[in-house]
Amino acid sequence: MASEGSSAASKRTAVERKGDRELVVTRTFDAPVHLVFEAWRNPELFKRWWIPKSAGMSLVSGDMDIRTGGTYRLVFKHPAFDQPMAFFGTYKEVTENTRLVWTNEESDQGALTTVTFEEKDGKTLVTLHELYPTEAARDEAIAGSAEGLPEQFAQLDELLAARA
Amino acid sequence: MVHYQARLDATFAALSDVTRRGVLEQLGRSDASVSDLAQRFHMTLTGMGKHVSILEEAGLVTTEKVGRVRTCKLGMRQLEEEAAWIERHRELWSARFDALDEIVDHLKREEKANGKRR
Repeated sequence: MASEGSSAASKRTAVERKGDRELVVTRTFDAPVHLVFEAWRNPELFKRWWIPKSAGMSLVSGDMDIRTGGTYRLVFKHPAFDQPMAFFGTYKEVTENTRLVWTNEESDQGALTTVTFEEKDGKTLVTLHELYPTEAARDEAIAGSAEGLPEQFAQLDELLAARA
Repeated sequence: MVHYQARLDATFAALSDVTRRGVLEQLGRSDASVSDLAQRFHMTLTGMGKHVSILEEAGLVTTEKVGRVRTCKLGMRQLEEEAAWIERHRELWSARFDALDEIVDHLKREEKANGKRR
């Protein structure tokens, strides 16, 4: 919606399941890699985009020590849930303009997330790769993503009911 | 919600097997009996019967027995449901990356304004 005309195709976000336990998300950004990487490694910038407005969630607190061996802890609240939700883990690798790897330790079903950055002709391809401990964990994460979005969930529900 | 989740688990579990994915592809082209499918996938009738019942439990396939022949066809609605879930997940990432795009754009303009110092 934000993308206009000719750039719409290149700005498409692709999500695919790979193998049994992986999920791969790709997107190309029209900017050199040092700028794209900055938006991930600078906590103030990261917090501005990681939770989209449409998700209806707000950040209660966010501590991010983005360096190899550093940890993070992000706490969100959502009107549909009584308790805030905490997400935390460790940065396994932070390599300038190249790679970010972090763990998701809020449950034993959490993924290992690897983000790679590749610049080509002034554009940057971002590949976010999640490796889950089990196939069930991956598929639950896919299904669960809609749970934080009750409005859209209700819409999906209606849509499916209409098609039944 | 739990109900959806359980059904979705069954759907993904059913899709995790290469033979069962092959059966769905085959049924996408035309309905087939269990024995047709067994033959095509070089399996025993019993072996194919098991795959078909897993697909049936997941709602991906429906079967109908006429006389001694059990005919299988795709249960389309379930496939649409799974596609809808994945699309939903894609939308989340899309919204997230649209927001990132705006920030990157802003950084780009800022850098340009500051006159290319790196």
